[in-house]
Amino acid sequence: MPSLETLTAAVLFSGLTLYVLTGGADFGGGVWDILARGPRRQAQRDLIAHAIAPIWEANHVWLVLVIVLLFVGFPRAFAAISIALHIPLVLLMLGIVMRGAAFVFRTYDLRPGPAQRRWTVLFAGSSVVSPVMLGVLVGAVSSGAIRVDLATGDVPADYFSAWLGLYPFAVGGFALALFAFLAAVYLTLESDQRDLQDDFRARALAAQAALVLLALLSLLLADSRAPMIGYGLATAWWGLPLQAAAALAAAGAVAALWRRRYGWARVAAVAEAVLLLWGWGLAQYPFLVAPDLTISSAAAPRAVLAPLLAVLGLGALVLFPSLAFLYAVFKRRRRLAR
Amino acid sequence: MAARLLMGISLGFHIVFAVVGIGMPLLMVIAEGLWLRTRRPVYLELTRRWSKGTAILFAVGAVSGTVLSFELGLLWPYFMRFAGPLIGMPFSLEGFAFFLEAIFLGIYLYGWERVSPRLHWFAGWVIMLSSVLSGGFVVLANAWMNAPAGFTIVQGRVEDVQPFAAMFNAAALSQVQHMVVATFIALGFAVAAVHARMLLRQPHNEFHRRAYAIALAVGGLAALLGPLSGDFSAKDVAQRQPLKLAAMEAHWETQAGATLLLGGWPDEAAERTLGAIPVPYALSLLAHNDPFATVRGLKEWPPGDRPPVAVTHLAFDVMVGCGTALAIVALLGAWQWWRTRGPPLARWYLWAVVLCGPLGFLAVEAGWTVTEVGRQPWIIYGLMRTAQAVTPVPWLPLRLVLFVAMYGFLGVIVIALMRQQVFQSPSARAWQDD
Ligand code: HDD
Ligand code: HEM
Ligand code: HEM
Repeated sequence: MPSLETLTAAVLFSGLTLYVLTGGADFGGGVWDILARGPRRQAQRDLIAHAIAPIWEANHVWLVLVIVLLFVGFPRAFAAISIALHIPLVLLMLGIVMRGAAFVFRTYDLRPGPAQRRWTVLFAGSSVVSPVMLGVLVGAVSSGAIRVDLATGDVPADYFSAWLGLYPFAVGGFALALFAFLAAVYLTLESDQRDLQDDFRARALAAQAALVLLALLSLLLADSRAPMIGYGLATAWWGLPLQAAAALAAAGAVAALWRRRYGWARVAAVAEAVLLLWGWGLAQYPFLVAPDLTISSAAAPRAVLAPLLAVLGLGALVLFPSLAFLYAVFKRRRRLAR
Repeated sequence: MAARLLMGISLGFHIVFAVVGIGMPLLMVIAEGLWLRTRRPVYLELTRRWSKGTAILFAVGAVSGTVLSFELGLLWPYFMRFAGPLIGMPFSLEGFAFFLEAIFLGIYLYGWERVSPRLHWFAGWVIMLSSVLSGGFVVLANAWMNAPAGFTIVQGRVEDVQPFAAMFNAAALSQVQHMVVATFIALGFAVAAVHARMLLRQPHNEFHRRAYAIALAVGGLAALLGPLSGDFSAKDVAQRQPLKLAAMEAHWETQAGATLLLGGWPDEAAERTLGAIPVPYALSLLAHNDPFATVRGLKEWPPGDRPPVAVTHLAFDVMVGCGTALAIVALLGAWQWWRTRGPPLARWYLWAVVLCGPLGFLAVEAGWTVTEVGRQPWIIYGLMRTAQAVTPVPWLPLRLVLFVAMYGFLGVIVIALMRQQVFQSPSARAWQDD
């Protein structure tokens, strides 16, 4: 039986995973929105907007939940991160605000032409900034550059050095590619039209190529710049099997896309994303903000964690059926229509 | 200081959308319920039109709320390190309430053709309940800052944490009930004012008549409760934060049978209040239900411990002034409604409602200023000073400018879009002379 602290961290990490799989793909949609081209440009945009509109706000709540769990469960980590990574957090925040606002404004702005184009640029631009910043945050947290003075809890940081580097930005690029890949794969399932499906199939394959490259780059850089991650992945007993499984999932996604088995492609893409994320999480274990805060040293008292987990469990009983209902209403459409 | 200003502006911005997010679902549920019962198309049109406006405002509410959850860490890391686990319970529960709200809002807004009418209406109810809950949970967290509970401090360390005791702290009931009532006042009157304005232009527009009647009924009923609910809060503050009460009332000297001061300018250097209207014994009566009770004055506390008196007092008077005005207008409306057996459509009354439109929101902002500024210099009352909680990161003034620009931009766009969507929609003409 894992400790309460570890359990809370696992829940937090699951929340983050779900955010990547759902909210991440919504950001990816924004990327494909600006890259929309060719004869079916408007059709691509409409498909993206249609796919995102009913669900993005719900998907977005995963992020809110992650933040809340972080400050409830691991207040010291929350404080350290928000001081040392103040700037990327602010940029992420701006990106999130502008993405959501621009998307809704575009939908409801009745004026045609330039106004629409301006919203599109803003929507897409912020859909690029936010994933990169999210990746930068993850990269910085795992690189071991944030030092925390354990006696006072202060963070003697200079607000830049922890995140302004090659490795965090490689992870940022990786996050962007991952989100774009997930979005493209999901979008193949959103349309009945063969040519639109093919558009997103090509995009998914391209994003997968970028994703693999950036994953390898991050891994290489991790050796010297985030030694703990590199070390974990290279030496732990699960390191090799996990990387092999991720590679297999990636290959599976490519094969399924190639053969236009989009349902399978989605399964493989999700598996790939989950394996990549949990590989990072496991390599980081037991640290939360390397190298000074571990899961247990950053955690809140157990008297908080136990009721917290109980509430989360009860909440999940309400939440998951509701989410399933939401997706059933909006994502089952084609099967019903036939 | 920049941090406090930034927090205040962010919250003041978010609260507007939060009020809409809590209040509009109720109006929509009522309108849709009427449509299901009477099958009159005007109600369906009303529900749809309201839900469009709500979609825009809700999205801005959601993103500005997300900003806030980051902001707590970005501006007050030391506060969160201390208080995170203690106020975590309401925040976690709030997370689930947000989920339900966002999920069912998606279904409500985009699912008209996808789910049955009854299910659609049910989705509206879920939004309405979960938004009241989510607002309530945040206010619980804020109440904890006013009345910290649920832990003991042993040698400077927090021990014996009881999350549920922290959640149901001494200020919880008074703040939550007052906030819920205030929300419906503010939203009801604002919506009624919009439709009243349209009725002044097109007196026979059936669409606006129905909309006006629903909104006014909600806002008016709540406004009648407002002063009662506020009085409950005030008595509670008198018990729990006598210093805040003294600042709200600009009450300097400890006094039995204390005098209530209306308006005036508290001069903090001279420790007196200039130009106020005195009402003998009223303060003791209002604060303690006894005209001869003793009310402690500001001078009992050293100047360094006092909140900014002028801001707190004036904000309090603004809130109470608005509340009184709204309650009077609501009473007049109730009387007219009873006399004519229909919504009050006299032109003078419509004008009164139009003028009252902004007052509810003004009162909400003023009320929060009272609560928050009146708590100063404490971030957690009696425990942690605001200055101890603030982030060490420099350049906060720069961020302040950046965020004010962002809020300004969002605000302008929202207003422009609302005009397009709600006020000038051409199909409104179709309902004329129904
Ligand atoms: C439409 C809005 C509205 C109206 C008409 C009123 N209030 Fe209010 N008031 C609020 C909106 C509000 C608020 C914004 O919702 C506050 C801020 C914090 C809170 O819990 O509620 C608040 C706080 C607040 C507090 C401080 C509570 C605390 O610090 O814990 C007191 C004592 C009152 N109110 C008293 C009154 C009285 C005596 C009113 C008489 C008419 C009144 N309010 C009308
Ligand atoms: C939405 C309505 C609210 C408004 C308009 C509001 C307004 C303000 C204002 C004006 C300040 C600055 C006070 C000063 O420095 O003089 C402030 C500070 C603050 N508020 Fe609120 N507030 C609201 C609700 C909340 C809630 C629900 C919470 C927490 C759960 C909260 C947490 C804080 C914190 C942490 C500070 C900074 C510390 C301090 O100045 O004491 N506020 N708020
Ligand atoms: C008294 C003050 C507050 C009230 C009454 C309130 C209420 C609400 C309501 C009703 C919503 C959903 C409706 C909408 O989006 O329009 C909302 C959204 C949100 N609020 Fe607040 N809130 C308050 C203060 C805060 C504070 C202090 C925080 C941060 C710590 C916060 C965080 C959020 C977040 C993250 C969302 C977005 C949820 C989503 O994505 O759906 N709120 N708030």
